[in-house]
Amino acid sequence: MKRITALLLLCSLILTSTGVVTGCSKSNSPKLLVYNWGEYIDPEVEKLFEKETGINVVMSYYEQNEDMYPIIATGSQKYDVVCPSDYMVEKMIGEGLLAKIDYNNIPNIKNIDPSYLKSAEQFDPGNQYSVPYCWGTVGILYNKTMIKEPIDSWGALFDKDFIEKNGYAGDILMINSVRDAFAIALSYLGYSINSTDEAQIDEAKKLLQEQKPLVDAYVVDQVRDKMIGGESPIGVIYSGEAIFTRRENPDLEYVVPKEGSNVWIDGWVIPKNAPNKEYAEKWINFMCDPEIALKNFNYITYSTPNKAARELITDEDIKNSPIAFPGQDVLDRCTTYHYLGEKMDALYIKKWNEVKSVQ
Amino acid sequence: MNTKKWLSYPYTIWMGIFVIIPLFIIIYYGFTAEGGGFTLSNISLITDPINLASLWLSLELSLVSTAICLLLAYPLSLILHGMKLKNNSFIIMIFILPMWMNFLLRTLAWQNILEKTGVINTFLKLLHLPALDLINTPGAIIFGMVYNFLPFMILPIYNSLSKISDDYINAARDLGANSLLTFLKVILPLSLPGVVSGITMVFVPSLTTFVISDILGGSKVVLIGNIIEQQFKTVNNWHTGSGLSLVLMVFILFSMAILTKYDKESEGKNIW
Repeated sequence: MKRITALLLLCSLILTSTGVVTGCSKSNSPKLLVYNWGEYIDPEVEKLFEKETGINVVMSYYEQNEDMYPIIATGSQKYDVVCPSDYMVEKMIGEGLLAKIDYNNIPNIKNIDPSYLKSAEQFDPGNQYSVPYCWGTVGILYNKTMIKEPIDSWGALFDKDFIEKNGYAGDILMINSVRDAFAIALSYLGYSINSTDEAQIDEAKKLLQEQKPLVDAYVVDQVRDKMIGGESPIGVIYSGEAIFTRRENPDLEYVVPKEGSNVWIDGWVIPKNAPNKEYAEKWINFMCDPEIALKNFNYITYSTPNKAARELITDEDIKNSPIAFPGQDVLDRCTTYHYLGEKMDALYIKKWNEVKSVQ
Repeated sequence: MNTKKWLSYPYTIWMGIFVIIPLFIIIYYGFTAEGGGFTLSNISLITDPINLASLWLSLELSLVSTAICLLLAYPLSLILHGMKLKNNSFIIMIFILPMWMNFLLRTLAWQNILEKTGVINTFLKLLHLPALDLINTPGAIIFGMVYNFLPFMILPIYNSLSKISDDYINAARDLGANSLLTFLKVILPLSLPGVVSGITMVFVPSLTTFVISDILGGSKVVLIGNIIEQQFKTVNNWHTGSGLSLVLMVFILFSMAILTKYDKESEGKNIW
């Protein structure tokens, strides 16, 4: 008897520790499979879509482009509509994973500011495969009460003298994403963030290795909470998160460093193996509706490329926020990522591992 | 007993589908290149200084945490056993209870406790003591491993202790052995199978973990588990990921081979 109870306990232990999760969808009603970033849509918008079209939305989430890619590439799970970033769109187009979008079904495309469509052509010539959803920059978020000197350079993350003078050595929250981390180091060194020159990448790697003792942790999603709570004085963050964090903690300041940075665009795409392209296009059209785009913007605070929605913003501070809608001078020093090919991807990751494994 | 052999069929089928076949898939990927040809380069990738360093670190951390688990669990199991409670499954239940919560949640909770402005440091600050650097260190990872895997050590040891008949102990006493001698000559050898399964059940998950090092190590400490995870998820190269997994498996099999030598009685196997 004792053995049986022990065994039962052990079983429950294993079950809970591996976290057995089951998801199921029971109905046969029409459904749309959406694969999106976490916290990247107002849940109410999903409901509105369901109400208007009668199509059930089944949403799954990923944390970085690289997590999503193998799922779509291997087709292990089929999705109708996905929301990758610029360089990933480029990669997926190159590999023939995406279906062309029929703009006859997306009349709301007229609401999207043509300048963003033009930017999107850098990775999707002719806007054939993607419709911009959100965009933003990568920059430094810091706490003005904890760091007295103003910051305008990536040097705030690398310059040891500056860091020690302001007393935050070992407290930096560095971004845990290969391309972003290297883009920061490359910009600081004055190189292109799309560099394919191994010597330059090596130099960036050395810089990142020297930075490691000054870093508290490599994170992505936790920056928000740690900065709002005043636990960390400085971190790297996406502009959309910066608006949210500053709303919660006014001591925080966001800058796009003078050396330049990355400007990114996430767009809706339809995978070639999508079970229901028609619904996917309905979804994309719905997302381009000004009211809906505004609702999303208010919820996720990531900049919208929807000019009709921007005009609807009532809060003048947000409408003219230099973080949400930076001026041309900022955009001029920012570059989008390009897909650099498999070999370069592997090289970047190898160098990133060399950074991480320094003790 | 043989007449009930068919009862094991569901388990055998389960093992076949979810253990044996995936294992062969890993072996296949581990020994092939992108195009499909045979290669050993995935395996030899382990000699890359970075991979080697992270493997070494993983071995180090998992050995330390296994040792700590053993040091904590053995006396505890002895005490639990010594209590001779009528309903001792209740006591075990108390130890298992935290495990009913998801493993990730518990680890995330520790993150909040160990943080710079976390529970411990806030408390120290109240007492005007200097703050401690707890989070994002190898120590925090060891702590996480010990916390999460301790019950896997306690249960088999406790189980093997409960199986020792009191007659043995009484006999030893009758023959003049004192408590220490009884422990060393009777209890310890008889509980060894439990210790052995405990060690394997702690060492193996510690060696392969990547979640604990991510959450409590702030991604600053890269274990071999993290490297393999990255090969599958970020680099999307299943071949190198599988190759490295195979190397790790060799280490696990090796350690299990050593351990089973001490596990001849196979008493501990009952727990599996």
